[in-house]
Amino acid sequence: MVEIHRYGDSLEDRVSELLRKYWRRALSCTLPSLLRGVLQIVVAFAVNLPLFIVAVLAIAFIPLGVGVVLVPEVFRAIRSVADQQRTWAAEWSGVKIPVPYRPEPAGLGPFRRLGRLLADPASWRDLLWTIVNVPVALVLGVLAGGLALYGLEGIFVAPWLAWVSDYGWGPFWPLKDWGVVGIAGPVVLGAVLIAVSGPVGPVFLKAHALFSQSLLAPTRAALAARVEQLAESRSETVDASAAELRRIERDLHDGAQARLVALSMNIGLAEEMMKHDPEMAAKLLAEARESSGTALTELRDLVRGIHPPVLAERGLDGAVRALALTLPLPVDVHVDLPGRAEAPVESAAYFAVAEMLANVVKHSGAARAWLQIEHSGGRLIMIIGDDGTGGADPAAGSGMRGIERRLAAFDGTMAVTSPPGGPTVVTLELPCALSSPRISPSSGTG
Amino acid sequence: MRVVIAEDLALLRDGLIRLLGAFGFEVVEAVDNGPSLLRALTTHRPDVAVVDVRLPPTFTDEGLRAALEARKQVPGLPVLVLSQHVEQLYARELLSDSSGGIGYLLKDRVSDVKQFVEAVRRVAGGGTALDPDVVAQLLTRHAREEPLQQLTPREREVLGLMAEGRSNAAIAAKLFVTEKAISKHTNNIFGKLGLPPSEDDNRRVLAVLAYLGG
Repeated sequence: MVEIHRYGDSLEDRVSELLRKYWRRALSCTLPSLLRGVLQIVVAFAVNLPLFIVAVLAIAFIPLGVGVVLVPEVFRAIRSVADQQRTWAAEWSGVKIPVPYRPEPAGLGPFRRLGRLLADPASWRDLLWTIVNVPVALVLGVLAGGLALYGLEGIFVAPWLAWVSDYGWGPFWPLKDWGVVGIAGPVVLGAVLIAVSGPVGPVFLKAHALFSQSLLAPTRAALAARVEQLAESRSETVDASAAELRRIERDLHDGAQARLVALSMNIGLAEEMMKHDPEMAAKLLAEARESSGTALTELRDLVRGIHPPVLAERGLDGAVRALALTLPLPVDVHVDLPGRAEAPVESAAYFAVAEMLANVVKHSGAARAWLQIEHSGGRLIMIIGDDGTGGADPAAGSGMRGIERRLAAFDGTMAVTSPPGGPTVVTLELPCALSSPRISPSSGTG
Repeated sequence: MRVVIAEDLALLRDGLIRLLGAFGFEVVEAVDNGPSLLRALTTHRPDVAVVDVRLPPTFTDEGLRAALEARKQVPGLPVLVLSQHVEQLYARELLSDSSGGIGYLLKDRVSDVKQFVEAVRRVAGGGTALDPDVVAQLLTRHAREEPLQQLTPREREVLGLMAEGRSNAAIAAKLFVTEKAISKHTNNIFGKLGLPPSEDDNRRVLAVLAYLGG
């Protein structure tokens, strides 16, 4: 008896549990699908459509000059809408859409900026997506959200509205003539629609995400170009680091190592002489001390060139401040970094700034310089300016070319504006994330 | 004289203990990391501390920070900071409270034992010992500017030694001239740079450094 009771109880429990689970899952999908579907439609009509029209007009106005300024702005807006779509595709449907845009160096003139933009195939694919998305988002959005919306209407609105007007709903048209079935029918059918929309809604959202992916992700050609660029910057980096290692080896071999040999020789000799010529021994020891001092100085300079100790101790902020203090001209330093970048990025950034400031000292004839470092939009932005004579040419100097190479290894960019007569402003950008909040030094001087 | 030593490399730590011991210092504690340095400085309140900038646990500027923190809690606590490299940035931070008793030297300077011990004593006495490298950097930085160009080469030499923290007597001994000649030079320097003349060695040094650092 007890057994049977338990059995029946558990079956009931199981069925109701299953139903409850299904409903909970269905409803937890239904409402988001509904809202997301509607949101897609609204964005398509309220944002995509006007943006497309403005973009076409702006391109048409390029010959008139207005377009030159307008087109980059419109494309930037389109990119931010596309970026939003990328975020939604990833969050809602787990569809990853990589960003295909080529990095744009800061400080370009308006014409070069326009040229780069129009030469980037990703711009045109964005534009295509902007317009095609309107009908696609409408259809898929209606399918994703509309089922649930229609079901809700069936339950909550249709039965009551029928008695106020001649309203009908679905197969029940006009509702009044169907009697009781006309009231119960929409409620039951609405419930079924909502139940179905739970698992079906996300499918249509995913379809939309896949459609967006087909236009917003990088093309095969873009990926191939990227691979080529990476291969080139990698081989340049490998060459540069091999050359760097050779230089270090040579410096050690001819410098500190040779001095240490001389040092131990002097000490050995002094040891021998201690007994019969103490004066000579003392002289040799003094010489030994001197050459150990020189060896230390050389090692210190070498270490500075590999990784400045102050960079390890205080990060980019402290290191550039310390560097600025050693220069023979006043440098206004403004650093606003909420954390520290990874060590390789920090090092590349430091050496780039150091090279630029060395150029200022050597070539610009400037009386003042300034340096600004900040992090925004996932990029480390370093701006170095001076009030010198200008005319700096990145193509002419091997130093600047070296910095460009060094930054390219991190997808960084360099832009130089240096009209004859000055001023010179160099903008360096490095994509990077900042980690752990800065441990602030106990004293804020500098 | 009671001294606390902070150095993480055992070889150097033992060397410093032996060296200072040989010159009559009493090493009350030798530590090898930042947190125990701060504790040792505030509990022992030594006559002078010899501190390495880079210490465990982070191997950044642990020692410097501990020294600065200790000086906040015990104003004027004499600290001689040693490092593999010298930075004006750190010199500024050390000198910013302008209460004296500060030394900042390259580790290499330890090899000139006599001068090193003299520097430790000077710092213990509330004076200053700044590495010639830091001073040279300060001087080159301002070399192009007007008042410094008016100085004679000899006066510039004296200014450098003064900025390192040496007294007139020590400068005279180093340059093989009389103390009177040096005091004539220093008066000229103060006149040309527009600094108030002062008999107090330490105030004099700080005035020079403030002039060069600003």
